[in-house]
Amino acid sequence: MTEILAAEPHAVTAAAEGAILANAWLLIAFPLAGAAILLLGGRRTNGWGHWLAIAMSLAGFAWAVLALVQLLGLAPQERSRSAHVYEWFSVGAFTVDVNLLIDPLSITFALLITGVGSLIHIYSVGYMAHDENRRRFFAYLNLFVAAMLVLVLADNYALLFLGWEGVGLASYLLIGFWQHKPSAAVAAKKAFLINRVGDMGLLIAIMLMFATFGTLSFAPVAEAAGDAGRGVITAIGLLLLLGACGKSAQLPLQAWLLDAMEGPTPVSALIHAATMVTAGVYLIVRSGPIFEAAPYAQLVVAAVGAATLLAGAIIGCAKDDIKKALAGSTMSQIGYMTLAAGLGPIGYAAAIAHLVTHGFFKAGLFLGAGSVMHGMNDQVDMRRYGALRKAMPITFATFGLGYLAIIGFPFLSGWWTKEGIIEAAFAFGGVTGQILGWATLIGAGLTAFYMSRVMFMTFFGTARWDDGVHPHESPKSMTVPMIVLALGSVFLGAILVFGYRFAHFLEPVVGAPEHHEFSLAHMLTSWPSLTALALMVAGVAFAWARYGRAEVPRTAPAGNPITVAARNELYGNALNEALFMRPGQRLTAAAVAFDDTAVDGVVRGVAEGVRQSSQGLRQTQTGFARSYALTMVFGAAVVVATMLGVGVA
Amino acid sequence: MNHAAYSALETTLAAPVITQGPPDIDYGLLSPMLVIFAAGVLGVLAEAFVPRARRRVTQLVLALGAVLLAFVLTVSLVGALPADGAGIVVAFATVAVDRPTLFLQGTILVLALASLLLIAEHGQEESSFAAQAAAVPGSEEEREHVLAGSQHTEVYPLVLFALLGMLLFPAANDFLTMFIALEVMSLPLYLLCGLARRRRLFSQEAAVKYFLLGAFSSAFFLFGIALVYGYAGSVNFADVAEAVAGGGAGVIANGEPLLLAGIALAGVGLLFKVGAVPFHNWKPDVYQGAPTPITALMASCTLVAAFGALLRVFYVPFGGSVWEWRPMMWVVAILTMVAAAVIAVTQRDIKRLLAYSSVVHAGFILTAVIAASPEGLAGAMFYLAAYGFTTVGAFAVVTLVRSREGGGEAGDLTQWAGLGRTSPVLAGALGLFLLAFAGIPLTSGFIGKFAVFEAAVAAGATPLVVIGVLSSAVTAFFYVRIIVLMFFAEPAEEGPRVLRPGGPTGVVIAVGVAATVFLGVYPGPVLDTMLPQPAEAEVAGEAPTDMFAR
Amino acid sequence: MELYAPIFVLGGIGAGFVVLSMVVGAIAGPKRYNRAKLQAYECGIDPTPQPVGGGRFTIKYYLTAMLFIVFDIEVIFLVPWAIHLDALGMFGLVAMLLFLVNVSIAYAYEWRRGGLEWG
Repeated sequence: MTEILAAEPHAVTAAAEGAILANAWLLIAFPLAGAAILLLGGRRTNGWGHWLAIAMSLAGFAWAVLALVQLLGLAPQERSRSAHVYEWFSVGAFTVDVNLLIDPLSITFALLITGVGSLIHIYSVGYMAHDENRRRFFAYLNLFVAAMLVLVLADNYALLFLGWEGVGLASYLLIGFWQHKPSAAVAAKKAFLINRVGDMGLLIAIMLMFATFGTLSFAPVAEAAGDAGRGVITAIGLLLLLGACGKSAQLPLQAWLLDAMEGPTPVSALIHAATMVTAGVYLIVRSGPIFEAAPYAQLVVAAVGAATLLAGAIIGCAKDDIKKALAGSTMSQIGYMTLAAGLGPIGYAAAIAHLVTHGFFKAGLFLGAGSVMHGMNDQVDMRRYGALRKAMPITFATFGLGYLAIIGFPFLSGWWTKEGIIEAAFAFGGVTGQILGWATLIGAGLTAFYMSRVMFMTFFGTARWDDGVHPHESPKSMTVPMIVLALGSVFLGAILVFGYRFAHFLEPVVGAPEHHEFSLAHMLTSWPSLTALALMVAGVAFAWARYGRAEVPRTAPAGNPITVAARNELYGNALNEALFMRPGQRLTAAAVAFDDTAVDGVVRGVAEGVRQSSQGLRQTQTGFARSYALTMVFGAAVVVATMLGVGVA
Repeated sequence: MNHAAYSALETTLAAPVITQGPPDIDYGLLSPMLVIFAAGVLGVLAEAFVPRARRRVTQLVLALGAVLLAFVLTVSLVGALPADGAGIVVAFATVAVDRPTLFLQGTILVLALASLLLIAEHGQEESSFAAQAAAVPGSEEEREHVLAGSQHTEVYPLVLFALLGMLLFPAANDFLTMFIALEVMSLPLYLLCGLARRRRLFSQEAAVKYFLLGAFSSAFFLFGIALVYGYAGSVNFADVAEAVAGGGAGVIANGEPLLLAGIALAGVGLLFKVGAVPFHNWKPDVYQGAPTPITALMASCTLVAAFGALLRVFYVPFGGSVWEWRPMMWVVAILTMVAAAVIAVTQRDIKRLLAYSSVVHAGFILTAVIAASPEGLAGAMFYLAAYGFTTVGAFAVVTLVRSREGGGEAGDLTQWAGLGRTSPVLAGALGLFLLAFAGIPLTSGFIGKFAVFEAAVAAGATPLVVIGVLSSAVTAFFYVRIIVLMFFAEPAEEGPRVLRPGGPTGVVIAVGVAATVFLGVYPGPVLDTMLPQPAEAEVAGEAPTDMFAR
Repeated sequence: MELYAPIFVLGGIGAGFVVLSMVVGAIAGPKRYNRAKLQAYECGIDPTPQPVGGGRFTIKYYLTAMLFIVFDIEVIFLVPWAIHLDALGMFGLVAMLLFLVNVSIAYAYEWRRGGLEWG
């Protein structure tokens, strides 16, 4: 009982560590301090607050880079370091510590969060320049970065849950940032509620883990996972998956992500594309040993991933709102990652590699979309765009590179990492492997189609602008981050995948699959790879025929049933309502009826019982001093009688 | 009559000859209380001689300065305690200065400072106190006073006198001193309760009720003291403890029932002050009727002081008969945790709800009293400090939310619907306080509950802790209900007016939030450093109660 | 039991005196009532019938009562102190002076705030 959250026993203590790793808490402290100063400083900080926020985010990034350098200086098997932050509390013989875990997986996330986060901070200076609440916006961004770092650096599930809730809070605040728009307030509430379902799953999983293993630290849980009962471990796995689905917008908890686009675009880029929504994938990869011990749960993970990757892609095909189309794409890409994470050790590295490159190109795409909206008076309907490549050359170029990366154009980032997932899916073997593999291939074709659709409708064709719109290129503070992200979209994949460099880096954490030597020729010539390429070309060509060459109508045509279904997000909301809300209501009604008729008042709900007794007990509070005095006399009599009774006995 | 009896009678009747030299009183150790008392006396003088226009400022400076000075002195006294042993008894062994005393006094002083800031709040609206308490409510005379802007600056010296009693209450080392402290603390509070500016009849009713029931409970307490005196032959705590350990002082043969009844009745007096069921009835009525800043003072400082005294009485003089009083405390603790939590569910007024919440929390702290261990003492003291800050903050928020008509506080909970939309910061602060009351991790409430429950489990009171956890689940229900109401319900048609917090109230809320978060996230400094260390006492092989000076 | 005999004797004498004086007074005293005789003795107002509105005593009564306490308590403490003046010495003197100062402050407060003005 004494060491629930204690460090792994074999980890070297902080004293022997280098200062960078030992003081990893600073990584979190920087953005947290930024958020605190901006929120508490109030209007005084309006003038320089956003620069402070950027500085804090960059400081975190710098610290993460230093930590990475130090980590690389260690032997691979020693790269998992526990940094003791402080003793949370100690009561009697009961001590709870707060520890951070620095290992290849967590440092990868830390770099992604602070790196992409810093770029988006810089972008927001220009994007939010005219918003009077810009300071508050930056405070929330910093808060988000801090919470996300807590999530990925935690060395136990309890601290992870804290970060999990923290990013949920930041996400809620940022989606609803423009509170004056009712749609934004509703979207924030929806995200909040759907996430509660997922969080409840995670929380129950954590409780089950504590009850089963007596600890919540990653390392001991991983060691003990194999010994737990099959039923328990499967339940834990499925509940963890539920948590992951909520945060990562996977089926069936996907409905909030499209609505979340009501938030400012930098938020969509940072939280709802690059980082927070990938937390579910992180959770699954981090809990790898649990899923290893629960193959059924693992299979469900892969199935959910496959279903979401197709559903997201289909939704992306039909949306005319540029941000919602991209949001569908995010769902779909995270589906890829989830699928890969459900494959076990052969998929973990592929999932995380795709997560990292996706962080870059999807953030770039969102920032590009933001830049377009900035130039088009906040118009989001792509049917009102067209022919923007001349008006916004930098945006066009960076968006284009991101586009090429996501559709899997050879040798760009997305190609390297997506190939990894496709290959891993087929390598899984059996009928399952075939089904999953084909899902990833079909997804690749759909991706090419819907992304080309976005590309062509926005930058090609004829101008379908509203009156009075004069598109213009965005300021430097916005374009520079876009350029940096575009560079990442081009080169990062090769850097990570070439020679399985990244997979080897992650090996100490996620385990080593027995994989063959890296071979570029194999990557280019294997049949799944060629099929993917062919489907990609087909998708782009089809999109060109429909949206590039042909005239795009300014209002959406009625469309066939599939389009309508996709526009309605595959009836996800209706489904939610039908599957959860209405049965819930009906169940309640039935329960009430059952209670009233069949049970005949013998069994009452606990809540109702409490309420009834409350009403009863309230009667003792008469308001008359005389009756209070009488109560006291009775009480005194009871007290004296108890004392004397005990004394005699 | 025989000769021996006569000579005994003679000795008692003859004029006593004073043989001792002048006693040595260590004024330094009493200095925090002396400072508060002096400031109170000066406050009365200020009422007499300072012109009306300048009285408020004078009183304010005097009161805040005195509390600050007393706090500094209290902190500096920590170093003056002997390294070996728990503390020192001073002034004829009537006052014990030890680490629990200093911790509780320091807590009371900080909380009193916060309450004083609320009392002083004079921002956009007039203060919470009646213009002229002696005027008949609704009369012409009252209206004149309101128009003339009269105010009772006597509030400040009264608070200081009450504060003096609160400081002495947990420090008292004999029953009579403790009784004096109780009355010094209570009398000004009775008066302060009746000074509300709005709903004055309600306020006066609260004051009268509090006075009557308080007097009633004092009678119980005194009777208990008399019985214990009959058993032990002394009112001094150390002497009583010795007598209890030795099976009586031999004043009366077979005096056991005397002691048991004495413990019970003295316990009733103290349990009344902490508001345990079934001696809690006054709390909702008084908390609701009193001016909210005074409610904040009572809910924080008075509770700390009363629990401090309760802990000392049941640990030191009655520490030897823990097996006798434990079942009685079990009954009271269970009643308190269950009944108050259940009644709170249907409350509609925020102040009444907070009052019942205070009763439930008293039940939780009682589990630590039952533990009768150093861990229990440390846990209870941490809980008191944590709860004090949270509750002061919560009442500070209550002072700001006013109903549209009349400008009184919007007590009814339906008025609070949608507050999260209209005033997110204020609602957020209250939300945090409520979460702390519910004991959600990362708030001070969680650590406090953990500490007291852990102590109770260690002392073998696991069933009590199970009931405690169930009770906190019930309470969490109505705290969360308020949060949901504030953040997810549509704002009421005739919603409340929310005042912009003036400087003082803003500071109090900020301090409440900061303390609630800090004690929840990083409780180490308070839990390990400032509280008496149970582990050390055990290592030294001392009896558990020796954290108190004797 | 023997020890308590003097107390009982004293109590008996006291009770007897009360009964005796009331009986003798009732028998021997002349009975001529007039308005002045029917009025409440010494301190002020008619307790019955109560005036409309609950009957509020004027605050002056409380002020007088407070003054009485101020001086009454003072005397109670002064007497034993005076008897043992020599034994208590300087400590006693200082303590008593402090006590007197405190009591006087209450007096000063009442005086300055108009408690002594009957108007």
